[in-house]
Amino acid sequence: MSQRLRFSLQLGFTLLVCLFMIVPIAMSVMAGLTENYFQGLQSGLTLRWVSEVWALYSDTIWLSIKLAMACLVITTLIGVPAAYGLLRSRHRIAHAIEELLLLPVAVPGLATALALLLVYGSYREFRASWLFILIGHVLFTLPFMVRAVHSVMHTARLPLLEEAASSLGASPWQRFFGVVVPNCASGILAGALMVVTLSIGEFNITWMLHTPLTKTLPVGLADSYASMRLEVGSAYTLVFLLMIVPLLVMIQWAGKLTGPRR
Amino acid sequence: MSATLKQPFGAAFFDRHRCASHRAKLTTLIALVPALTLFAAFWLLPFSRLLLMGAEADRSSGVSAYLTLLTHRQYLISLATTVTLSLAVSVAAVAIAGFAGFFLARHRFAGQSLLVAILTFPLAFPGVVVGFLVIMLGGRQGALAQTSLWLFGERWVFAYSLFGLFIGYLYFSIPRVITTVMAACDNLDQSLEEAARSLGASHWRVMRDVIIPGIAPALLSTGAICFATSMGAFGTAFTLGTRLPILPLNIYGEFTNYANFAMAAALSVVLGLITWAALALARKLASNALGASV
Amino acid sequence: MSQSSSITLTQCSRTFAGGHVALKPLDLHVEAGETLVLLGPSGCGKTTTLRIISGLERPDPGGRVHFGERDVTALPIEKRDVGMVFQNYALFPNMNVADNITYGLRIQKLSRAEIDRRLAEVLEMVDLKGYAERSIAALSGGQKQRVALARAIAVRPRVLLFDEPLAALDAKLRDRLRLEIGALLRELGITAVYVTHDQDEAMALGDRIAVMQAGRIAQLGTPREIYHQPANAFVADFIGAVNRLEVQTQAADGTFCVPGGTLRAPHLAKAATLYCRPEDIQVVPIEKAQLKGRIIESVFLGQAQQLAVDTGNDTTLSVRVSSRREWPAGSEIGLMIPEQALFQPTAPGARAHG
Ligand SMILES: Nc1ncnc2c1ncn2[C@@H]1O[C@H](COP(=O)(O)OP(=O)(O)O)[C@@H](O)[C@H]1O
Ligand SMILES: [Mg+2]
Repeated sequence: MSQRLRFSLQLGFTLLVCLFMIVPIAMSVMAGLTENYFQGLQSGLTLRWVSEVWALYSDTIWLSIKLAMACLVITTLIGVPAAYGLLRSRHRIAHAIEELLLLPVAVPGLATALALLLVYGSYREFRASWLFILIGHVLFTLPFMVRAVHSVMHTARLPLLEEAASSLGASPWQRFFGVVVPNCASGILAGALMVVTLSIGEFNITWMLHTPLTKTLPVGLADSYASMRLEVGSAYTLVFLLMIVPLLVMIQWAGKLTGPRR
Repeated sequence: MSATLKQPFGAAFFDRHRCASHRAKLTTLIALVPALTLFAAFWLLPFSRLLLMGAEADRSSGVSAYLTLLTHRQYLISLATTVTLSLAVSVAAVAIAGFAGFFLARHRFAGQSLLVAILTFPLAFPGVVVGFLVIMLGGRQGALAQTSLWLFGERWVFAYSLFGLFIGYLYFSIPRVITTVMAACDNLDQSLEEAARSLGASHWRVMRDVIIPGIAPALLSTGAICFATSMGAFGTAFTLGTRLPILPLNIYGEFTNYANFAMAAALSVVLGLITWAALALARKLASNALGASV
Repeated sequence: MSQSSSITLTQCSRTFAGGHVALKPLDLHVEAGETLVLLGPSGCGKTTTLRIISGLERPDPGGRVHFGERDVTALPIEKRDVGMVFQNYALFPNMNVADNITYGLRIQKLSRAEIDRRLAEVLEMVDLKGYAERSIAALSGGQKQRVALARAIAVRPRVLLFDEPLAALDAKLRDRLRLEIGALLRELGITAVYVTHDQDEAMALGDRIAVMQAGRIAQLGTPREIYHQPANAFVADFIGAVNRLEVQTQAADGTFCVPGGTLRAPHLAKAATLYCRPEDIQVVPIEKAQLKGRIIESVFLGQAQQLAVDTGNDTTLSVRVSSRREWPAGSEIGLMIPEQALFQPTAPGARAHG
């Protein structure tokens, strides 16, 4: 009996926490789809706010996608070899390098952005282009790619596979593309999803680095929260959720794919 | 015969081996160079500038910004407020989400995976969105305001206060703790609990003697991540858009409103040191903890 | 101090979520003070049976568990007075040896003096005097399992339950600890249920053995009965090696025509297959042989020579002989099987109980 009671109490508590997480999201989605939030649902459902968001902010969405894709390409090109290098380095050196690469994540984005502005802010054209923001995103997401790929390389016992390949006469180049890359594909996938998700949601660095012509989605969100009516902000949030939720589902799925099941 | 052959063969093998290991080292280096170059050019160099900048004269006091920071009430209060708020959030998040996470890890029932999904997917929400969600809860048109208006005829609003920040930080901390705690519970050896129970331990006794010690490193680690994330959270505070005495808002204010670059740099460095230390602690406790700012 | 009690399972089955039947309805009685070994291949339901006895698992509705006269079906494990020893030791890593061993005693709120007395007593029993203050991480696998054993017996449980306690240890250590556990169980005279998939362990420790197969008991009996009168082909196969001889014709006087010759076994009824153990087959001069065959494989094992003898008709007999002589493959060999060494399963097909 007391066991049932205990279960119910714990379930009740957990449900309360779930409510806390879901209620504001549900309210925001509602607000984005109702004619007039202050009058409530009876004012009718509409896609008016969503289309208004599209008219006002679609360029931020495209820029965010462009940034995320560019960020993905760069972190893959740099991150996969880096993970490989870490795997082959002596343990202490690898550890130190990993700690270094993690610094842009460990230090608040505000600080990283300020530092970038101090040194590179005076290069006008660079400062005004989206590449400036891209630098920030790459710094921030690179450790996640390296981490994901490195851990898969580690569990795949890559050094052993490589020794086997080289005993069969494969050159380093052949080994890298024939053995290393295929065997860490799941890590690259997991890292890639992480990079895209983080890049699309990045605000702290971007807010400091953006110009009126280089606004990303989260920057646009902050903008709309400050200056637009509630329904527009909500509709914009809804658009953001629609972009981010599939990515999150895919991350879950990739995690099941690669996660070490005991 | 074997004695005469052994020597040259051994030497040749050794030479080839050394040559190969030389090449291996070179490969390793080449693989690491792009990442390290990027890091050095765009983070290490700029951040060193920031470090030096913090030592320059503060605009209002005229002495080094680091010194000003340590001697001015206003900054010290900000620092204390940010640290206290972040600590409170971490403790609350670990307690609340630790409890829920343990429950979800140990029971299978219809709808359980839906609850897990609800509790974990806000993990990737940027701080600005979380700020907006707090407005949805506690803003002038928020859930609480509407309820209190209906019940008591007045609007209760908390979104734009330190409590609003607390709620927002709690919101983005809970998913982090839930995922960590659930993973830690899965990794906890179930036979330890069974052994304790076979020796007569009650539910609470098992909790105290086996489970909490077992997941303590994960709890501490995730707590440290929540702390670091809360310390550096800019987006949420920015959306709740007030003049709250919070370090990230101070940094932003000094930089944009007063063009007090030295002070902004000094505050950034101090904040960075704190969050870095907290995250390093988290990684020491649980090697797979990463943590990302909101 | 609690008394050892008998254990009775009545119609205990266990169906897991998804409809997987891990245990078919099972009756089992363990006498007070007896050691019963549950033996069987992985996945046959040994652990499930043990967990039902311990209270970690409930039987499906209708099943009952009694300790002595008392119905304990509804009691959770913490109220059942059982001691458990797990394969992976399950020692609390945050406590040292002494704290692990006295954990149950502290829960019972015994006096400090009594706790210290019992600690000394069980440390002595498991031969770990002087290890009380050691941390768990500083122990070897064998020592860990001794601490786990000490922890389980310190509370003087009514029954002691083991789930493959030696499976994680290496062969030498396993043999030694097996002897020690056997001695300890006899000394304590406690009711014990011991799960293993290792037949040597089962033979050495069990007063009786229950051989399990796919969620039911295939045979229950003393080690001797199980080995020499296996209830079915599964048991015969699982316990030790066995030879099968397909009967071609059978005469009324108890003579069986099998590939390679004829055998006498008047004590056996009509049989389609005769069984015998490799060590019971004797080598005799060809002219006196019951069976003739050709050695097709001869392996030196040290303590014996393992021969594979082809007696024709696709029949290969496994024979164990002295390794002092050479047994070249390809040579002809004469064999004899004493009548009492031939057997057939006492219950062809499956039977719940022996
Ligand atoms: N908690 C469980 N949920 C579902 N199936 C289980 C569970 N525990 C055991 N089983 C299944 O029940 C069968 C018997 O398991 P078990 O008693 O552990 O076997 P043994 O200990 O003999 O190896 C196995 O097929 C196993 O997969
Ligand atoms: Mg088992």
